[in-house]
Parts: sequence; C-alpha cells; structure tokens
Amino acid sequence: MSSIKIKLKEKDIAQIDEICKSFNNEPGELINVLHKVQTTFGYLPAEVQDVVANKLNMSVAKVYGVVTFYSFFTMIPKGRFPISICTGTACYVRGAEKVLDEFKKQLSIKVGESTPDGKFSLNCLRCVGACGLAPVVQVGEKTYGRVSPDLVKDILKNYE
Amino acid sequence: METIKLTIDKKLVEVEKGTTILQAAKKIGINIPTLCYMNLGDMNIENKPGGCRVCVVELEGRRNLAPACATDCAEGMVIHTHSIRVLNARKTVVQLILSDHPFDCLICAKSGNCELQSLAHKLGIREIPYQGEQSTYRKDTSPAIIRDVDKCIMCRRCEVMCNEVQTVGVLSAINRGFHAVVAPAFEMNLDHSVCTYCGQCVNVCPTGALTEVDHTNQLINDLADPEKTVIVQTAPAVRAALGEEFGLEAGTLVTGKMASALRELGFDYVFDTDFAADLTIMEEGTELLDRLSKHLAGDKEVKLPILTSCCPAWVKFFEHNYPEMKDIPSTARSPQQMFGSIAKTYFADKIGVDRKKLIVVSIMPCVAKKYECSRDEFKVDGNPDVDYSISTRELAGLIKRANIDFLSLPDEDFDHPMGESTGAAVIFGTTGGVIEAAVRTAYEVYTGKTLKKVDFEELRGLEGLRSATIDFDGLKLNIGIAHGLGNARKLLDEIKAGKSMYHAIEIMACPGGCIGGGGQPYIHGDSSIIKARHKAIYAEDEGKTLRKSHENPDIIKLYEEFLGKPLGEKAHHLLHTHYFDRKKEIFID
Ligand code: SF4
Ligand code: SF4
Ligand code: SF4
Ligand code: FES
Repeated sequence: MSSIKIKLKEKDIAQIDEICKSFNNEPGELINVLHKVQTTFGYLPAEVQDVVANKLNMSVAKVYGVVTFYSFFTMIPKGRFPISICTGTACYVRGAEKVLDEFKKQLSIKVGESTPDGKFSLNCLRCVGACGLAPVVQVGEKTYGRVSPDLVKDILKNYE
Repeated sequence: METIKLTIDKKLVEVEKGTTILQAAKKIGINIPTLCYMNLGDMNIENKPGGCRVCVVELEGRRNLAPACATDCAEGMVIHTHSIRVLNARKTVVQLILSDHPFDCLICAKSGNCELQSLAHKLGIREIPYQGEQSTYRKDTSPAIIRDVDKCIMCRRCEVMCNEVQTVGVLSAINRGFHAVVAPAFEMNLDHSVCTYCGQCVNVCPTGALTEVDHTNQLINDLADPEKTVIVQTAPAVRAALGEEFGLEAGTLVTGKMASALRELGFDYVFDTDFAADLTIMEEGTELLDRLSKHLAGDKEVKLPILTSCCPAWVKFFEHNYPEMKDIPSTARSPQQMFGSIAKTYFADKIGVDRKKLIVVSIMPCVAKKYECSRDEFKVDGNPDVDYSISTRELAGLIKRANIDFLSLPDEDFDHPMGESTGAAVIFGTTGGVIEAAVRTAYEVYTGKTLKKVDFEELRGLEGLRSATIDFDGLKLNIGIAHGLGNARKLLDEIKAGKSMYHAIEIMACPGGCIGGGGQPYIHGDSSIIKARHKAIYAEDEGKTLRKSHENPDIIKLYEEFLGKPLGEKAHHLLHTHYFDRKKEIFID
C-alpha cells in the first residue's frame, strides 16, 4: 500500500486527461493508458489512478487491480538514484540474490520501494547483456560489475 | 432453434445450442458440484470465471477434464460426471483450496452455511495432504460488514455483484498469484470506500470471507440487564423469510411466531417497523403531494421527480455518486429511523423511561441498516435513536441459541401502540411496495375520493426497471421503479441529463427490494426463493383489514397526541433528515 500522499496539480490532471482522450477514454485501453501515464509521471500514485478511473468511467478498484497485477506498474516514485540488480540467469548463479539481500538490508527497503528520503529505489531487472561482469548492478546510469555483498556498502558511499 | 444431442452419465439428453454441460446435466437431474460459478437466473446475474475447477467432468475422447460450468455442449459428447478420475480431481482441487484456508470452521460465522465446508464434506475430504503457506491478511471491520480475506477463495462472485449488478465498484481482484485477494482500491478499509453496505457481496460469498457485523452478543447482554427496557421493531421482509431458517418452505409467513419468539427472548415490547412504514407514508406521501402541487403551479424551485429515501444503501450511493442531486430524494427518514425517533420520545415519555435506558433494537433483512443506526444525524447527545440492528439471519441464530422451538410457537400479536400497521406498510418489503403504499394514500388525499381497488398491479413485479402511469382523477402521475443499484443508476443518469419523465421514483438497493436484502437467509443461488418471498408479502397485505397507511388508528392518534400534522415542525424535526456530499470523502490511506 502506498503511504505517499500527493496533491495533483491542475496541469497534471490535464495531462492525464489528454492521455485518456488519446485512447478515446476507452476502458478497454486501460493498460495502454496506464503505461503512457507511468511513462509521463514515472509512477502511478493513488491520486493518479483515481483520475484515470474517472476519465475512463470505471471503478478505481478495477484500475488498482490492474496496477497491482502487472509488476511493470509501480505506485512508488523512483529514487534519485535508482538501483537495479540484474537477476538474469548468469547474475543469479553468481550470487545476485545475496547482493540484493545486502542492498535491502543496507537501505531497509524491499524491492519496488524507495528510501524515505527519496534518494534510492530498488528494483530487479532481467539480463542487461553484461553477463561477463556478473553479477551486475546499475545505479542510475552507472554500471558496477562483479559485485559481491561486501561491496554494497562501498557502492552506496559513492552517493553520499 | 438448433439442438444438440449428447450423453451424460449414460443418459441421452437434447439441449439448445449454447447450453453448458452444467445446465444440460441439471436438466436431467444431475447436480454437478460448483464453487465459483453463480447463476441467479431470474435476476440475470451470472458469474462463470471457470476458475475453481470443482465442476470438472470427463469427456470421452478428450484428454483433459473440462469445467462443466464453462464448457458448452457439443453434438455427440459422451460425458461422465462421477468417474474415478473426476472424483479424484475434484477432491484434489478442494484439498488445494483448503491448504491455504484457515481451519476455524468450528467458530466461523459462516459455519453451516459455507459452500466450501459443505463441498469438503460432500467430497469426503478427511485430510489435507498439501502444506502450503497460509495467507495472513488483516481483518477489515466496518460498521456493517467484516472482510476476513484469509477465507477468500477468489471466486470473484462479490466482484460481479459489486461491479456489474450494483455498479458501486468497491471490490476488485488485486495482486497476483498467492497474494491475489479481492479488496477495495489501495486496500483501503471498507468504511473509507464508496461501499454502500448493501450486503449483496455478503449474500453471494460462498465462504466466511464476507460476513455481517454481529450484534447478537450485545443484545443478549442488554436483555439480561434489569436496568434497561429493551424494545424491538421488525421490518416487513423479515416475516417473509425467517421461516426458511427453520426448514419452512420459502414464502411461508411467520409473523405471529416471530412475535412470540421475540417475547420469549425477553424483549419488553415487541413492536413492528410497519408502524413506522405507515408513518413514512404520511410524511413522504404528503411531501410528494406538496412538491407535486407546487410544481404544477409553476414553481421552478421545486424539483421533480421525488425519490424515495427509505433504503440506507441507496442513500449512501447517491451521496457518493450524485451529490449534486441531493435535494431530490424525499427528506423522510427510513422507517427504521422514524421508529427509533418516535420510540425514544413519544413512547419513552409514555412509559416514563429515560432514552438512555431504553434500548431500541431493529430486526432487519439488511446490513446497511447497521450502518444507518451509526450515522451521527440519528443520535441525540450521542445516544442513537436505534441502538443497533440485527439481521434476519442473526435473529434465527439467536432463536436457536435460546432453545426456542420456533415451529411449535403460538401465533401472537405485536404490542401497542407501535405494533399496529396496515397492508400498505407490509409491502415496503418488496420492490414497488413503497410507491404503491404512497399512491394509496396520496390518491385519496389528493382526489378526496376513496379508492375502489387498492391493488396497483401495474406497480408490481420483479423486473429491474419498471414504470407505470397512475391516473389521479385526471392528473397522470408517471412512476418509475428501480431495484438493484445498477438499475437505479440508469434512472439517475436520466434525471441528471434532464430527460426523466417521472414524477416519483422508488429505489431499493437490493435486487428484489428488502426481501432480497443483505441480511436475509442465504438463498445459495436459488432465486425462486426471492419470488416466493415476494408473493408472501402481497399475501400478508391482502389479509389485512386496513390497507392504507392514513387509516392506521395508532398513527392518527400519534399525530393528534404528539406530532401535529405531517411535515409540521415537530414531524420535520423528528422524522426528516438531510444528506451529505460524500464525493470527496473517500480518502486514500
Ligand atoms: S456491500 Fe454492496 S457496495 Fe459494499 S462492497 Fe458489498 S456489494 Fe459492494
Ligand atoms: S470475498 Fe467471497 S465472494 Fe469475494 S472472491 Fe472471496 S470468496 Fe469469493
Ligand atoms: S433494499 Fe432493503 S435490505 Fe437492501 S439495503 Fe435497502 S433497505 Fe437494506
Ligand atoms: S464452478 Fe466451474 S470452474 Fe468453478
């Protein structure tokens, strides 16, 4: 559940309206609408879902149902430094899971969450095509290779 | 019409194209067990997600078993509904469901009425070989309904009721896989949502995942307290359904036995909500005529149609969805609340009891009434006019708990003065009844003539949307009737668009009206029960000597002794209410 409360600006609402209109306010286009809205806002907070539901003339419960069904959708804003851990096969067998656990421990957040100060967010991704460097971690634009759990602290230090 | 021939359990059957295996089997008396499937035929309500697989059957020549509820018959099919493969598959399916289900059947509110429990019994399940992770979700308690999601089996029947039938849209499946549950948006609690507490989801939930808030223990305590005077009112629809809980045929009226049972339970006075229904007609009928005559005289301020306001689920529905029209419904309180308000003033004075020592309990076919009692505008210095409300199901439970042999009870009458009622009040229990009752009185008041026939057949029936024109001596009154909130929405959208042709509209949240209320005995998919209750209500009306509200002698006396006249100052204060804009009230937490 999201604990973030935001107030949408008129301009944001207009933007959502625009997106919904571009799909003819078709309830059947919900997934596409949400996709586009998430690309625009970065995430789908409750208030945004409420507006989408209104525009598409459907219940907000249904919208929330779809948002929670697809792991692509997120209700939490990305941190300023989004951390992605590759859990593709190569990284996985070389211990990506332990690295992930260490990040969770250090930041006290779960996958898909952000730290309360909005600095870091944590996500997994599938193979980034750098299997030679496995396990691979990306922070923002930067890629770290051969990461082991004891390196996690050092990586985070770079962003202090 | 194209037909298909097939064989089910060695019996030849011919069905229309498009018939499912489940329906075809039923035709020849074979009842294939189901769980997620729901079909309330007469009300056009169906749920067939084909998800639970309890209904699987074997088709010769097909490798996989097929769900009977979601598979259409085909020419020449040979079907086995109880082969060893089928029986084993059904057993496994139910065992898997049970592996993630709490084991508190012994103390579950749904015990004895749970479809999962009876299925486990029927399939001879004596052990659960699978050990799965158990879901642990918080319990969500609202003023009327409890969600205990750990008991949810994801049949999604409630979703169909809440979204498609009621168009309220509170409940939806969320998350995926093991974490999937049915919940309000953002997993907020029901009392933060736009839920109307109509209880239709409770009515169709096969398990204990959705149940009503239990007030019986509080009642037992109050009845045992010598300091308190405890009085009870019973809604019209209760008497047409209570007997079902004691094995009587649906549609058996048990008014007299119910009155004696309540006396046995220890209530100090056994009264009738019907008394207050007659009072409602006095107020609402007068309001209708008042608005009508002003409107006809050209007063543009006065809005028509007037909408009935005795259903609290419906009231909450328009407060959330159509607050801009909140001056259209009648301001008359519901009969439950009128009763409470008169009981704690007029009656309390009569017997010399302080309102705080007078406990007013209602027996209702409804769960929304539990919520209604808790609304602040129906309290005086924090003391509620109606202390709490008990459902028909809860009353049946209490009678059993108290060892009262219901079937051998004598028929008794209600007490006076708040037990006297007319046939007009009785029909409040079914769709079309409130408006017919209003017409009976309004006609006579408006025309000054006596009705030759009090039965307005044109207002009766069970279709979701109905309309009729009643001739008031030259004045043609257009009347609309809707039951089920989805149907109500259609009429409201018409009004909003300025296209409504009606002078008066009756709206009830539950399909069938209160006879199909969220607190009634479970019908387990048999919608013929609703029809039987519907008939019973009109039978009770016909059996009454007095059938017009304004002829109720105790109501006449109440106005003479206490209230003055309908819509008068005192009546306004005690019997009318106002509505709130709840559009922005849902908060996201
Ligand atoms: S009580 Fe009615 S409105 Fe509320 S969740 Fe159930 S079906 Fe929906
Ligand atoms: S709450 Fe009840 S009706 Fe709704 S999906 Fe769960 S088990 Fe089915
Ligand atoms: S129709 Fe009757 S039972 Fe249903 S919510 Fe309204 S008052 Fe309650
Ligand atoms: S009853 Fe047929 S799949 Fe559930």
